[in-house]
Amino acid sequence: MRIVVCIKQVPGTTSVALDPKTNTLVRTGIESIINPFDTHALEEGVRLKERSGGALTVITMGPPQAEQALRDAISLGADEALLLSDPAFAGSDTLSTSHVLAAALSKLGFDIALCGRQTVDGDTGQVGPELSQHLGVPFLAYVSKVEAIEDGCVRVERMVEDGHEVLEASLPAVMSVVKEINVPRLPSLRGMARSKSAKVPVWNAADLGIDPEAVGLAGSPTRVVRVFTPKRIIQGEILTGTADAQVETLVERLAGARLV
Amino acid sequence: MGLEIDREACTGCEACVSACPFAAIQVTDGIARALPGCNLCGACTDACPTDAISVLAKEAAPAPEDYRGVWVFAEQRGGRFKPSAFELLTEGRRLAATLETELCAVCLGDEGEPSELASYGAQRVYVLTADAFADGREDVCAQALADLVRERKPEVLLAAASPFGRACIPQVASMLKTGLTADCTGLDVDAEKRLLLQTRPTFGGNIMATIICPSSRPQMATVRPHVFPRGPIETPSAAEVVRLDFSRRAVTSRTRLLGFVEELSNKVNLEEADIIVSGGRGLGKAENFALIRELADALGAGVGASRPTVDEGWIPYAHQVGQTGKTVSPKLYIACGISGAVQHLAGMQTSKCIVAINEDPNAPIFSSATYGLVGDLFEIVPRLTERLRRRKGEA
Amino acid sequence: MQYFLNEQQETVRSLARRIAEERILPVRAELDEREEFPWNLMHELANADMFRVFIPGQYGGLDGGILDLCLAVEELSRVCGGVAVSYAANALGVEPLLGFGTPEQKQRFLPDVADGKRLAAFAITESVAGSDASAIQTTAIRDGDSYVVNGSKQFITNGGEAEIYSMVVVTDHAKGSRGASVLVIEKGTPGFTFGKKETKLGIRSSATRELVFHNCRVPKDNLVGREGMGYIIALKTFDRSRPCIGAQAVGIAQGAFEAAVEHARTRLQFGKPISSLQAIQHMLADMATDIEAARALVYVTARGIDGGDKAYTEASAMAKLFASDMAMRVTTNAVQVLGGSGYMRDYPVEKMMRDAKITQIYEGTNQVMRNVIAIELLKRRGKHA
Repeated sequence: MRIVVCIKQVPGTTSVALDPKTNTLVRTGIESIINPFDTHALEEGVRLKERSGGALTVITMGPPQAEQALRDAISLGADEALLLSDPAFAGSDTLSTSHVLAAALSKLGFDIALCGRQTVDGDTGQVGPELSQHLGVPFLAYVSKVEAIEDGCVRVERMVEDGHEVLEASLPAVMSVVKEINVPRLPSLRGMARSKSAKVPVWNAADLGIDPEAVGLAGSPTRVVRVFTPKRIIQGEILTGTADAQVETLVERLAGARLV
Repeated sequence: MGLEIDREACTGCEACVSACPFAAIQVTDGIARALPGCNLCGACTDACPTDAISVLAKEAAPAPEDYRGVWVFAEQRGGRFKPSAFELLTEGRRLAATLETELCAVCLGDEGEPSELASYGAQRVYVLTADAFADGREDVCAQALADLVRERKPEVLLAAASPFGRACIPQVASMLKTGLTADCTGLDVDAEKRLLLQTRPTFGGNIMATIICPSSRPQMATVRPHVFPRGPIETPSAAEVVRLDFSRRAVTSRTRLLGFVEELSNKVNLEEADIIVSGGRGLGKAENFALIRELADALGAGVGASRPTVDEGWIPYAHQVGQTGKTVSPKLYIACGISGAVQHLAGMQTSKCIVAINEDPNAPIFSSATYGLVGDLFEIVPRLTERLRRRKGEA
Repeated sequence: MQYFLNEQQETVRSLARRIAEERILPVRAELDEREEFPWNLMHELANADMFRVFIPGQYGGLDGGILDLCLAVEELSRVCGGVAVSYAANALGVEPLLGFGTPEQKQRFLPDVADGKRLAAFAITESVAGSDASAIQTTAIRDGDSYVVNGSKQFITNGGEAEIYSMVVVTDHAKGSRGASVLVIEKGTPGFTFGKKETKLGIRSSATRELVFHNCRVPKDNLVGREGMGYIIALKTFDRSRPCIGAQAVGIAQGAFEAAVEHARTRLQFGKPISSLQAIQHMLADMATDIEAARALVYVTARGIDGGDKAYTEASAMAKLFASDMAMRVTTNAVQVLGGSGYMRDYPVEKMMRDAKITQIYEGTNQVMRNVIAIELLKRRGKHA
């Protein structure tokens, strides 16, 4: 069975902090990590491979430094990694990103494609569903358990607001997973050794047969026109005094604002 | 296209390096230089004290002229319209008025009452019917929406960033090859260019981005529930109801629904709660969540939790609020024993009123709190519960 | 201080640290409180290939040396001495096989240990034979194709949880110190049961049990080395495992020291952090020096063994002696730096002090260590090479 996991390298959130005095963004470190939701997707991919046999390939679209995230994924159990990188991809919005990933998945061939529910930098959660549309395959969102893979179909549990649904789809299929699906393992020593020596091929737009104008900033229907740090409009009031006094003042304030 | 650095103006001060969220700019030999990861977000242009950086963008192709109208996808659940539908229509009214165009609602299935949508300003309601919509299969719904959009050509399509919305609407955008902005917290219109200005949080809310979709139509956005208020019109007019039978046009879903299991523990619908009381590491142990539950009871509130408490196993993940948990926007959020790490703030900072109770006066949460109580939560929370109960009793 | 570790050693060290901080740290207090054997953590260590560190490549291992093992034990101990010793005792349990086992025996037992499927333990101590190891009375009498084992072992680390036990037993009373042998006995063998599980001062998550043998038949193929080599194998085994106990002590001390430093920096008294008081600074300086000296001694000894040093009995004993006495000093002072809070179970240092104590006792008490060192130094007339 061919399993492909799509990951994204993101800044570790602790490395992007707000300086409260100047209200500007300050990068306090340069640590980059695999998007946390993607680690659950990767773990699920490894478990599926262990259960059903097959190979697990991890892919990402990103600048050259994203290779480190791919190596980390190998130490966590991926068999191979592939970097989709091209200056033409820079500035891609989700439609363009999913276009690139879809091209790679088509070229690789796959039975199951896994991705995390959303990234912690973009927070859109759009790549998974858009990917399935580009590929013309089923999309299973918010998967919290893979029950079975048999007879060319996958059966899953997925979370909805007030419970879970049991869904089935024919392979190949794309799934986005939620954190509840598993507890990701730590790397293994052999995995870490493999990740150091692994060859990570790079595919660019030409390798994928993509027209550069169809991706990157040129191929993204949305465009960022402005980035700003949110003004903390709230002027906080610190309530002082004994616990009783604090509670009294708080209830007064909340009642005044008709919140209680 | 790209980032242009004015070599004369650049002083190599590295303000841009600190401001870049993507580590995509560096200073070499005293001059700033963009790296491959740059996506032209413009954070550096704002940060540069000498205005040495500018973003060069190609002029966007003009949008097709024949797309008009602001549409709201009115999501239904359990035979009723979800509150988000009304929030979107309230906001949609404003946008449609600025664009001097009409406001329409679209629903799949005819359980909800279209006049309800009219009372929030919908001038036309499209009701699409087909048996295939009953299961709520996202791809079937997406196909139907896309079909209708191609036919009727709205310039703006809004939907709630609900779990359904976030799985279905991207499929619509992909089919229409148009732009979609997720989880918006602010919308505005450039009336002259007929552009929807979509503002949304990124990096867990540390950075806000304003996004446009200049050339493709419709301009699509999913909107975070509970961020926009809902307000019915005082004297609503009747809406034109257009019923369309989609039975033959509806596609077969690529996924099959085999069953549904209701989970009462999953009935932690924090995203819909008006008031949430959350507990953090300051509680010390699982048993102390009882304090939180009691306060929540007294307020008729939902119970939330910070990630460390979930990781320790004190409370199920369904209650987790934060970047890798739920994003909530209640009227009142009371954080007890929560330090206010960036990752937690990401999940609740759009709450209208935030109350923080923590014994550490330097806890970051106090800079986001409307009311901060520095003290022992074991003293404060029970007193607050008691006070609120008394108040209810007096009422 | 830089120790110029090779790539594999760096990887082992950093992964052990990650496991310790991400998986062991959240549960260590509870494991100590409930005296629960950390099976989940053993599985985590197994999945991370940590049990392969001390096994040769041809049996599924990574050919790591004593230093690699010490690094792993040190990092785990920094967070919890109890979990660390469960890991380290496993290595001790297979050491006789590594040094003296036949290829057939190694093939039979080592791959499962490398995979983390089975744990091992080493058993010599009895109620009548602690420091006086040659006073053991558990017998293994040859009968046809088996040995029949009778007797009991006391205070065995991993007892009851491990499946593979390397035991020193008396095969011929008449031969005195040449009358003992090493047998591998597997859990589940008829006649092999476990006695009480001990309730301990420290390393409470580690399982310490009595092993009881009543007419237990063990195949003759489970004899390690030759009959009569029992004490030689035991001594050689301890020579190689004592640096690891030293590493455990260094790790425990390091964890306690870090807690003390952090506390000193944040605890305000007399209007300033107590780290600004010379009394505290001197304590911390002594602790830091003590730890580094012990660490250097442990690493150099381990490197020497890995590098082919032939005579390391004295160095091993020194490393274990110095590090364990150091750990007791450092952890006690860590509690002192934290003051009243240090005495409370809410803070981690009292556990570290309790955990440290055993390192002065097992694998040869520090009094025995001094005997060993004295014998060796007199042999060399106190001269340095």
